[in-house]
Amino acid sequence: MSLVSKLEEVLVCLKAGRVTLPYPAQAQPLPENFRGRPIFDATKCIGCAGCANNCPAREILVFDVCQEVRILQYLGRRCTYCGRCADVCPEKAITMSQEFENGTDAIGDLGQRLELFMSTCQRCGRCFKGPSVLEDLKMKGYRSDDLQNERWIYRSRSFLEEDKTVDDIQIELD
Amino acid sequence: MLKNLCQKMFGRSLWVYHANSGGCNGCDIEVLNVLTPYYDVERFGIKLVGSPRHADVMLCQGPAMRATAQALKRAYEAMPAPKLVFAIGSCACGGGVWFDSYSVLGPVEKVIPVNYYIPGCPPRPEAIIYGVAVALGLVDKETAPVEFKQLKLPIPRYHPSELHGDGDLVVYEKLEKV
Repeated sequence: MSLVSKLEEVLVCLKAGRVTLPYPAQAQPLPENFRGRPIFDATKCIGCAGCANNCPAREILVFDVCQEVRILQYLGRRCTYCGRCADVCPEKAITMSQEFENGTDAIGDLGQRLELFMSTCQRCGRCFKGPSVLEDLKMKGYRSDDLQNERWIYRSRSFLEEDKTVDDIQIELD
Repeated sequence: MLKNLCQKMFGRSLWVYHANSGGCNGCDIEVLNVLTPYYDVERFGIKLVGSPRHADVMLCQGPAMRATAQALKRAYEAMPAPKLVFAIGSCACGGGVWFDSYSVLGPVEKVIPVNYYIPGCPPRPEAIIYGVAVALGLVDKETAPVEFKQLKLPIPRYHPSELHGDGDLVVYEKLEKV
């Protein structure tokens, strides 16, 4: 190997300059269609389990603890980030995020667990998704039911006729 | 505690041994990519060595296979005492897509204890550097388990026994209270 070829090599190295990324300090922009960790949106999910049926790694588990509550559990261990769950989801409740920095010391950190309320139709007995949080807010007087005594509780006191502590009852009734 | 121990024990440089126990070589290529000048990990003192006897850290790729589990275990036992194991890729973390087939035993956890997990198929080189940086205490981990719970059941309860009347007119008594 002659001296000239060494010098040529030095020239090539000097021409290239510094190529090392300053990675943990400053991240490189990701490509637009990069698929990272899937994020499950519980408010959109209807519990149809299409993602569980299509997952090639059998990574999404769906089980019913009772008639009305369905648990959708994503383990995150052997997920290959293929995006088939996001493709098949009819409600677009799964988004493939751009998070790839998932290094962790406990494997349970990668899991996601959704507890979905499945209403049962009184006529046909099949499940449907209950009203969302936004639809709850549209109801007059935010209310919730008392399961022990089997009756409604009105959270907004202005809705009650006998206890007119708040003057804006007309606004509420409109 | 593990992090403190890491900072104490591995204060200077990590020598890594790269063990593939039956993966598809995708993660191998990403690990070797990490060692190139582009993602230069020798900045952190990380160096690839050829023997587990020289190594502090074992990078496991691929699931624990029926044929290679014993060799993986021997390689782990050959490493000197303060040792870390990284499971790189979804095969090593959870067994991969073929986790339930005959020749695959499952994640490498089933054979050797694993300290850090880097999921991905394959993980990006940045993700591997990030996992190593989490182990070295340079950055904090970003993931946390997500759990969504229903705090209230959003339907009125319906009791057919409360129905009174006959013919066309059926009155549900509790409905008035609703």
